[in-house]
Amino acid sequence: MSGAVGRPVDRVDGHAKVTGGARYTAEIALPGLAYAAIVGAGVPSGRVVTIDAAPARAASGVLAVLTHENLPKVAARPRLLPSLLGAPAPGQSFFPMQDEVVHYFGQPVAVVVAESHEQAQYAASLVEVAYARTPSVTTIDEGRGGAYEAERLFGGLMPGREERGDAETALAEAEVRLDLSYRFAANNHNTLEPPATTAVWEEGRLTLYDSTMGIRASQLTVAQLLGLPLSDVRVVTHFVGGGFGAKAMTWPHVTLAAMAARHVGRPVRLALTRPQTYTSHGHREEQEHELSLGATRDGRVTALRHHKLSITSPFDDWAEPATGVSSQLYACDHYQGVHRLIRGNTMTPTFTRGPGETVGVFVLETAMDELAHELGIDPVELRLRNRAATDPRGNPWSSDGLADCLRLGAERFGWHGRDPGTRARRDGDWLIGTGMAAAAYPVAFFMPAQRARARVYEDGGAVVQAGTQEFGTGMLTVATQVAADALGLPMEAVRFEAGDTDLPNTSAAVGSAGSGMVSAAVHAAATALRDQLVALAVADRGSPLYGADPAAVNVREGRMLLRDRPETGEAYGELMRRNRLADAEATGSWSPPPLDTPHGLLTFGAQFAEVAVDPELGLVRVRRMLGVFAPGRVLNPKLARSQLTGGMLWGLGQALLEGNRMDPRHGRWGAANLGEYLVAVNADVPEITAEFVEVADDVVPLGIKGVGEIGQVGAAAAIANAVFHATGRRIRELPLAAELVMDPPGTPA
Amino acid sequence: MRPLAYARVSTVEEAVETVTAAPGSAFLAGGTTEVDLIRLGIARPGLLVDINDLPLTGVEDLPGGGLLIGALARMSDVARAPEVAGRYPGVSRALLLGASQQLRNMASMGGNLCQRVRCAYFRDGLSPCNKREPGTGCSALDGLNRGHAILGTSEHCIATHPSDVAVALAAFDAVVRTSGPGGARRIPIDDFYLLPGDTPERENPLAHGELITAIELPPAGIARRSIYLKFRDRESYEFALVSVCAALSVRDGIVAEARLALGGVGTKPWRARHAEARLTGAPATAESYAAAAAAELAGAAVRRHNAFKVELARRAIVRGLTLAARGGAR
Ligand SMILES: Cc1cc2nc3c(=O)[nH]c(=O)nc-3n(C[C@H](O)[C@H](O)[C@H](O)COP(=O)(O)OP(=O)(O)OC[C@H]3O[C@@H](n4cnc5c(N)ncnc54)[C@H](O)[C@@H]3O)c2cc1C
Ligand code: SF4
Repeated sequence: MSGAVGRPVDRVDGHAKVTGGARYTAEIALPGLAYAAIVGAGVPSGRVVTIDAAPARAASGVLAVLTHENLPKVAARPRLLPSLLGAPAPGQSFFPMQDEVVHYFGQPVAVVVAESHEQAQYAASLVEVAYARTPSVTTIDEGRGGAYEAERLFGGLMPGREERGDAETALAEAEVRLDLSYRFAANNHNTLEPPATTAVWEEGRLTLYDSTMGIRASQLTVAQLLGLPLSDVRVVTHFVGGGFGAKAMTWPHVTLAAMAARHVGRPVRLALTRPQTYTSHGHREEQEHELSLGATRDGRVTALRHHKLSITSPFDDWAEPATGVSSQLYACDHYQGVHRLIRGNTMTPTFTRGPGETVGVFVLETAMDELAHELGIDPVELRLRNRAATDPRGNPWSSDGLADCLRLGAERFGWHGRDPGTRARRDGDWLIGTGMAAAAYPVAFFMPAQRARARVYEDGGAVVQAGTQEFGTGMLTVATQVAADALGLPMEAVRFEAGDTDLPNTSAAVGSAGSGMVSAAVHAAATALRDQLVALAVADRGSPLYGADPAAVNVREGRMLLRDRPETGEAYGELMRRNRLADAEATGSWSPPPLDTPHGLLTFGAQFAEVAVDPELGLVRVRRMLGVFAPGRVLNPKLARSQLTGGMLWGLGQALLEGNRMDPRHGRWGAANLGEYLVAVNADVPEITAEFVEVADDVVPLGIKGVGEIGQVGAAAAIANAVFHATGRRIRELPLAAELVMDPPGTPA
Repeated sequence: MRPLAYARVSTVEEAVETVTAAPGSAFLAGGTTEVDLIRLGIARPGLLVDINDLPLTGVEDLPGGGLLIGALARMSDVARAPEVAGRYPGVSRALLLGASQQLRNMASMGGNLCQRVRCAYFRDGLSPCNKREPGTGCSALDGLNRGHAILGTSEHCIATHPSDVAVALAAFDAVVRTSGPGGARRIPIDDFYLLPGDTPERENPLAHGELITAIELPPAGIARRSIYLKFRDRESYEFALVSVCAALSVRDGIVAEARLALGGVGTKPWRARHAEARLTGAPATAESYAAAAAAELAGAAVRRHNAFKVELARRAIVRGLTLAARGGAR
């Protein structure tokens, strides 16, 4: 049977998006809508001494000005947990405007509500706040002295330290040893759609239109902060213009919108401005890594020590875990991974594109390149030699594919016969180099049960629902494909609905988990419904299938039929009409494997890049990128490719462009708009290819490991390794800015 | 955004009168700088006077071989105009490498000359900044100053002038024509841009209400073989780390005439007269180019994050002159 799954079908929401028919949160029109604007703190630490809101209140169109003096206190402060868990998920445990203390620049100190967005913005500029500033820490350099080892990360879910064997001794005894230090500028998400929330109260019940990667997380978090029963909070999101982790947690502005709406007794929309996005939903923190690597002369890694130092907020021990891959990817008995933190005056950092590991893998994979160079071993061969056959506990991988990715990638890229010598190829002013990296990303199973509902009408149409959300990944499309196949219906007959917490619950779609877990729930519901109807048919004397073994029944194009006698059967509709059923419905759910499942859980891939470097001017231009990935079952190769190549381009940006710095004197970001915070533009995009290696996996849902993050992981390392190959210069800092790449004066050509 | 009034005028006289009469008013052309700055709260005009109906969009030949570019001609139209692309390729190229296609379709030549600096401290509306609020200090001096200038700086301001096309115009001695409350003026481009000195808030000599009507380009001469190179972190949609407009005429291996101007490194579009003087009469060799670059950059003053620009500019100049000596086209 040729089903929809596995075919490169177009996005079901594509037409709405390209014709402007798709409504994003800040476009939802409601009668009586008012607009809120946040006034952010102008200092990174200290106290609000006075707020003069009189001029703002007097400005035209202003309905209210909320400050810590008149904003009601929140009912509770939920602890910080990743939204995937299905519990309240505030981005940080701190909620603003509860007192006069300022912890970070941009922290909301007032909210202005007015008749129009422009009036609210203008009145916000009139709010006069006087601060008593206290000393701040916003860079690693300022806070280094106060660094401490994090006991637990991620709201306590993960240990800050991971150890096996004796890394120190093994390093001391290693035949070859590398001790390398790395620096990474902070990253900001920069979703095309800045987050927005529209809050509507009706008879004590709250409806939130929210731009989020997890409507369930918004519902749980806001309910708890406001002390509302869950049944009184509904969250709706239809289209989200990019997430990248920025909308994975429920940040304070969401609840502030609800509070503002309650205060003025009208629906209120709060849309963040672009600069405010830099101080409203976390970021990838500035960080430094140290990697020590011990190996034998024939290139077997014997010891790894990977330390990360980063800045967190005053209130949460948060670091993106960065050692989940370095601890597992290569067989190595002696390992130590440590996360150290500095408390600084920033928001709590948060998930950002390939959280943690995309930086950790950069470190590991550029270090492996150094080792390959040092030992004169081909970089691909070095990975193959060290590849771990099991996870460190000795559990088999749920599915592997790394070796195939490396081999296929090398072949497609034309790696073989590469001259390992640096500065060996020239094209006019450009030096040409190639580089590669292995890629891996953990598969996370922290989520609770995921649910979905399926309904078939007697006319043969179906509606399938789950409370997930579409933020560009293609969730609506793949869920439609999965439902159609499970029900035995053509895709056109199936409408998949999502984006509403009144629908069956799912978790936030983060950590690449979205399509797998939701598809599994959709599959369960649709399969349950099909089984229900088949059971009805075989028990119905009026049915041609009466008395058949249900296991012998197939459904194709909405017709139930005997597998070995396809002419015998009937359509769903015939059965339903005879039984006077206008529709039939079933729910289904999927639960993750236990956390201690005896399997190693990583998604694997391999990245290859060719760069041109102008060594005089320090310019790097990527000419070719190839990624080969083993993400398990691919529901829709077109969507998966677009996710993966998108990830690879983020890797290009991570390598060459993305970086933000704090000005320590003012405690605020140097860049807070898309003109100054550089992301790749079309002209930077090289020839780029993503390919798949098929692996079967019966541990992960429907065999799907996900394509959300793995595309970015390793891409920056491949580029940096290619820059080394081109120039002979190793740069252990991102982004690879011109001043780092350009040859120092006197370098021979 | 603060409330403001808007008026649309249709003649130069009306434009000048309207703005002159209203102290807090400003011209509005393409709005790609002005509206940005209003939204950021940096520009606070009480009245915006829209000049887009003025008949100043032409690109015409001047008697004697020069070219007259209307102040309201759009960047993209000027870049594509055969007179410009053919006779002043460096100007055309500078336009095409600026901003983005969408912005170039909107942005006018007059507005381009008047665009404000991209210094983040100037634009954040919060930091001490002598240009925005004279006397408050310069946050960039000891701040994040990677993009800042190394030439023409003062202890009061080190912001880079961001325009690309103004660099090419500076190389070829363009003249800015204006019409103001005091009548019409012709201002050589080099005098149009003021060094920050101790008045960084003043970037050009325009009086309030004085309108740029056109830009004159003298007969092309060696501009016909001019080049413009722009180097930056990403391939498009970014201001220059350094840019070079150059034209050389070489006879018998000797530089007969040289034009060189730099962007991304100066507090104004930087006509490299020291370098030009060194080049003229010198052999057209890499050594001469390097010496010329060194002469121009001898006066460079660097800060913590922009020190690399001296070497970068040196190399970019050599690259540009080498290309220009070959007769160019890039
Ligand atoms: C994201 C971005 C990237 C950019 N990148 C580049 C780049 O790489 N290179 C580059 O060169 N430029 C770049 N620019 C700047 C762009 O070229 C200018 O904003 C544009 O040229 C201004 O023209 P405008 O018609 O929009 O001017 P407006 O915004 O309308 O006006 C700008 C200023 O000039 C005044 N003004 C306008 N016309 C006249 C006149 N005839 N007489 C007197 N005063 C006048 C206005 O009052 C205002 O103060 C960029 C801009 C943006 C927003
Ligand atoms: S460089 Fe100029 S514009 Fe920037 S902060 Fe200093 S004075 Fe202001």
